[in-house]
Amino acid sequence: MAAHLSYGRVNLNILREAARKDLREFLDKCAGSKAIVWDEYLTGPFGLIAQYSLLKEHEVEKMFTLKSGGLPAADVKNIIFFVRPRLELMDIIAENVFSEDKMHSPRDFHILFVPRRSMLCEQRLKEQGVLASFINIDEYILDLIPYDGDLLSMEYESAFRECYLENDQTSLYHTAKGLMTLQALYGTIPQIYGKGDCARHVANMMLRMKREFAGSQNQILPVFDTLLLLDRNVDLLTPLATQLTYEGLIDEIYGITNGYVKLPPEKFAQKKQGEASKDLPTESKKMQLNSAEELYAEIRDKNFNAVGSALSKKAKIISAAFEERHNAKTVGEIKQFVSQLPHMQAARSSLANHTSIAELVKDITTSEAFFDNLTVEQEFMTGVETDKVNTYIEDCIAQKDPLIKILRLVCMQSVCNNGLKQKVFDYYKREILQTYGYEHILTLNNLEKASLLKPQTGSRNNYPTIRKTLKLWMEDANEQNPNDISYVYSGYAPLSVRLTQVLARPGWRSIEEVLKMLPGPHFEERQQLPAGLHKKRQQGENRTTLVFFLGGVSYAEIAALRFLSQMEDSGMEYIIATTKLLNGTTWIKSLMDRPESQIP
Amino acid sequence: MSFITANWNPLGEAFYRKSELYEMSWNLKDGLRDCLVSAAPYGGPIALLREPHRRSPSSRPQLEIYSASGVSIASFPWKSGPVVHLGWTVNDELLCVQEDGSVLIYDLFGSFKRHFSMGQEVVQSQVLEAKVFHSPYGTGVAIVTGSSRFILATNIDDLKLRRLPEVPGLQGKPSCWVVLNQDRQTKVLLSNGPELYILDNTSCTVVCPPGLGPQAGSIVHMSVSFSYKYLALFTDCGHLWTGPSHLQDKMSEVDTKKSTPPKEMVWCRRPKSQQPSVVLMWERLLMVVGVCQDTIQFPIEDQCVLVGELDGVRIISSTNQELLQEVPLVCQDIFKIASMAPGALLLEAHREYEKSSQKADEYLREIKEQSMLGEAVRQCVDAAGHEYDTNTQKSLMRAASFGKCFLTDFSPDPFVSTCRELRVLNAVREISVGLPLTHTQFKQLTLQVLIDRLVYRQFYPLAIEMCRYLKIPDYQGVSRVLKHWASCKVQQKDLSDEAIARAVCVKVGDSPGVSYSHIAAKAYECGRTELAIKLLDFEARSGEQVPLLLKMKRSQLALSKAVESGDTDLVYTVVTYLKNEMNRGDFFMTLRNQPVALSLYRQFCKLQETETLKDLYNQDDDHQELANYYVTASYREKRLENRLSLLQSAVDEYNKAKNEFSAKATEEEMRLLRFQRKLDDEKGAGLLELSLQATMEALLALGLHKQAEQLYKDFRVPDKRYWWLKLKSLAEKEEWEELEKFSKSKKSPIGYLAFVEVCMKSNNKYEAKKYVSKVTPEQRVKAHLAVSDLEGAVDAAIERKNESEMGAVLSRCSASDRLLIDRLNRARPSTAKK
Repeated sequence: MAAHLSYGRVNLNILREAARKDLREFLDKCAGSKAIVWDEYLTGPFGLIAQYSLLKEHEVEKMFTLKSGGLPAADVKNIIFFVRPRLELMDIIAENVFSEDKMHSPRDFHILFVPRRSMLCEQRLKEQGVLASFINIDEYILDLIPYDGDLLSMEYESAFRECYLENDQTSLYHTAKGLMTLQALYGTIPQIYGKGDCARHVANMMLRMKREFAGSQNQILPVFDTLLLLDRNVDLLTPLATQLTYEGLIDEIYGITNGYVKLPPEKFAQKKQGEASKDLPTESKKMQLNSAEELYAEIRDKNFNAVGSALSKKAKIISAAFEERHNAKTVGEIKQFVSQLPHMQAARSSLANHTSIAELVKDITTSEAFFDNLTVEQEFMTGVETDKVNTYIEDCIAQKDPLIKILRLVCMQSVCNNGLKQKVFDYYKREILQTYGYEHILTLNNLEKASLLKPQTGSRNNYPTIRKTLKLWMEDANEQNPNDISYVYSGYAPLSVRLTQVLARPGWRSIEEVLKMLPGPHFEERQQLPAGLHKKRQQGENRTTLVFFLGGVSYAEIAALRFLSQMEDSGMEYIIATTKLLNGTTWIKSLMDRPESQIP
Repeated sequence: MSFITANWNPLGEAFYRKSELYEMSWNLKDGLRDCLVSAAPYGGPIALLREPHRRSPSSRPQLEIYSASGVSIASFPWKSGPVVHLGWTVNDELLCVQEDGSVLIYDLFGSFKRHFSMGQEVVQSQVLEAKVFHSPYGTGVAIVTGSSRFILATNIDDLKLRRLPEVPGLQGKPSCWVVLNQDRQTKVLLSNGPELYILDNTSCTVVCPPGLGPQAGSIVHMSVSFSYKYLALFTDCGHLWTGPSHLQDKMSEVDTKKSTPPKEMVWCRRPKSQQPSVVLMWERLLMVVGVCQDTIQFPIEDQCVLVGELDGVRIISSTNQELLQEVPLVCQDIFKIASMAPGALLLEAHREYEKSSQKADEYLREIKEQSMLGEAVRQCVDAAGHEYDTNTQKSLMRAASFGKCFLTDFSPDPFVSTCRELRVLNAVREISVGLPLTHTQFKQLTLQVLIDRLVYRQFYPLAIEMCRYLKIPDYQGVSRVLKHWASCKVQQKDLSDEAIARAVCVKVGDSPGVSYSHIAAKAYECGRTELAIKLLDFEARSGEQVPLLLKMKRSQLALSKAVESGDTDLVYTVVTYLKNEMNRGDFFMTLRNQPVALSLYRQFCKLQETETLKDLYNQDDDHQELANYYVTASYREKRLENRLSLLQSAVDEYNKAKNEFSAKATEEEMRLLRFQRKLDDEKGAGLLELSLQATMEALLALGLHKQAEQLYKDFRVPDKRYWWLKLKSLAEKEEWEELEKFSKSKKSPIGYLAFVEVCMKSNNKYEAKKYVSKVTPEQRVKAHLAVSDLEGAVDAAIERKNESEMGAVLSRCSASDRLLIDRLNRARPSTAKK
């Protein structure tokens, strides 16, 4: 079921198994039949840990979504609330519990806080007078969720907003805790590098927690050699750019949530022979996307322009494999062919699916709008006329294109110009307010607070220096057979990944100047390993780095890191961890504030 | 070496030996006479109460506590009531059972811990006799009262008094009684005249030991073994009956030929005992009576106390202390005269080897021929464990080590661990420490408990030394010792807070697993708050610091510690606590100094108490946020007037924040809202809440061109956007004339390609074509293509001599456009040439 988690350099299935074990233990604590009442936000992340079958094995018979009012009827002994520690949810739970008493059916209540129990919430339940109704109040420590063989995500959507807008570092605390859990399972990580205020904060907490746990540390040979903590605000540019890898584009266009994507159904209609395909499915097609699917693992990180040829190559291989049956003469050969059949059929249906998806994506990428948008993005990234009002943006506003698209572009221009000239800045803002409505003034203020959108202050624009030093723009990006990470954006090499690459070789010392231009401190810490746990490295054995993106990471950045792992001479393998997988749209969305009008 | 068996006495098949443990360090003037004495098993401490019955207030009895080697630990005059019995708990705490039924608990150092009572009725009837006993549940106390009732407390740490049923015909106290632990039940066995009873929770049953005839007499003394498995009964005719304690069997019956009951009677066994025995003590005689009916008799000169142990009996007199035990089988095998056991041969071989005699080889050969060398080594190692004398230990271990050399595949573990354990045992047996543990007892007690006992006796350096030597993980070893040490240290009243904090910090340092908050809590318990705070400073886990700090009312400090931890829930907890604790002004001030806490509290307020949020911003003069707050609030208003007034507040605040743009934008919004309402009122246009752009769009759609125009001017809408808007709007309504007029009103700021494209979108090629000629040369090809005028496109492209444009046109040409293609192709090289 989760075999793909164990294929990678680091067996992340250990983490998943540990999480499943905890879950089973909790469920068994509540003896008898159960119903789970879900904080809806959690169902996605939980799906990555355990399917319904596991819950069913432990007598979970019903599942509901947490909402105010009474609980639905269910003939079960236990009602378990799976919730995040949020006050507003406590109030709903209290309401649920109260309405239950009236119906005098004796059901036992339990709460499972994810990822951590909270005194504040328990206090709230106490004030509401329901705390005593709960038999078990427990926490389910789910910080880092294994997302794929080399990818961990906390699925903590609001992390960036909380850290940079609200100065709420809860997510960082969970991050540090998650990293401690990780170290408990995979050994102490001897080297920690970081860039950014949040990174510093997380590293400090980790070192402090290590002191707290001192002595109880396990004797596990470290799996990770290095941890690199990167603040998202060190590289605000990358997520704003349109991702051009296959997976990145699927995410940009359709949005991948918790490893699933919903696609328009038309292309996936099963056309059976002799049957007219008149009734098209109306429900969108839901597909899981991860490296368990061989073909997907192969093409997900390719530049979309290289996907077509990869698919047709695959198609040839598969049909060749099916042709083999004509060569099978002896019973033994036929038997062997038949035994391979299920695998081949799976490959064929996978190929069909991805051909359809690629067609869908292609419809978009070949459109003029997409091309124009990309051209402007690339102009900004290469520093062309970033200090003027851009006519394309102007036109887009006049055409009332989606606001988020506008915001992405304006922010990008601001970032690439180290802030906009006051006149340009005000002009854009005015255009946005007049066109999309005054209420967006709050969103604009937020973007300003997060430095995504800002007026130029006295200092000179240092983006060109950063771009040149880190080689962020590569003229001759090879999309088919890439030789540099810049292929993921057809020319632009993501800054965050460049920093990672430089850290591995030749080291950050070579780019001190640039590091100083980027926000927040950069640092290095060492964690003492217990004697006898120092790795004896085999010749040619790769080192492993865990790159943690605080505030989110895009699929294209992940693709770039995977590319680095696969590069023969890099000598480094990367495992990626993040608070949340994001793209420019979801990211900007998370920073928006939109008051609902009450005027009738 | 030959003397080893000198103190061996045969008893049946086995041997008993009495070896000296200590010459007692104490100096007891009057010996042990007239004393209440209690010595704890496992080499535990000895308590002594002199003349317990002396009741004159002028000379109170003295309570003295000694280590097993007689080193004085505590001594103080007994000021409470008359004591009936002394006993030790499993935790080495002293229980003093008083006549009135109250039980006082003292620690090893004579400090009073607490007391409890055996019941109200006892105050009247008084305690006649008491016994302290140990069971799997802990330490218990049993008493018999003046009204002949037995009262039990099975576990003094979880006190539940049990009054046992009445014993028929019992007057005063029985002639003798013991507490039994059977089938997880605590019972009392007692003898009253000729009858023997078992008392349990509900009943009193007469029992009869099998094989003990009435001629043997009535029972006057009884003793139960260390494990509660065996019972010894002594009758007034001098018969000693032994058997299992469930009284369903008999082991033996021996006539001691003594008519007086012994002063003390104790079982002497060891695990896997070959020849268990009962030790009886009279005034001048110690008699060991084996189950085999053999006896050994030792004369004694002094008053003694017998202490039953797991594997023997300790005999404590005023001058010395001896251990009487059955010689372990393995020691018998090795040391018995003329023994041919492999261990004995190996010992001999090694002895010869040290003398450089070739006999060593002969002995070795002999062992090896029987393939018994492994066994021989094992025997020597085992025997070494049982020996008390260090020289004997050494010679046995050397022999084992010697034998080991000739073995290829022999696990060194038992050898190594025995070496280590012997070192530890020898160290704790030192007279200054005074824990005369045997190896068997040590194994039973476990290392953990031994360390605890050392810690409890405040032998901290030795305990730490031991932990390090045995490589116990810090968590269970050194750290635990340090924790106890520190908890004890903070109670030292003669040292300043500063000195103690420093001393603790230096010693404990960053030792893993030592909880400074635990130590601080101890200090706080002793009323040393300042010290507690100093100590808490060293605590790494803020989660632990915070609750104690709150308890000590150091809320500000608690807040900064919570912030330091990064645990936001902890911060919230303290903040909520502070909120209830302080007045609002102070509360805000406190938060102001803690930005992290402040922002968390703001978040809280955003969701829960928006009004407070305003106050917070106000206090901080955060005009920008305050303005944002008003904006948000304005949307919550149901009436336009209220919204406008809130927006006005926002404008004021934006101005104060020097955010001109936002102030102006807000003013514009207000203006727009007023305009919208006016039009809504006049024309029912439904404009309210639309954006400026949407408003103009709506106005144009309604044909209210003038009003749209007015907005365009009033709000200084850029021409481009307005032109787009108007263009689209007119095309949508298909007002083509109007559109043409508009196009001619002035030079289009958006060019004319837009006109072409918009017209085409409305499928009006005719109108679209009108604007093609107006399109700038750069876009003309595109314009021609848009209206599918290939020829025009070709002309334009050739005129422009633009390769890529020509390509674009070419790609739109189909095969039927032969002519055009040719023209293009002809034109292309000419551009290439240039």
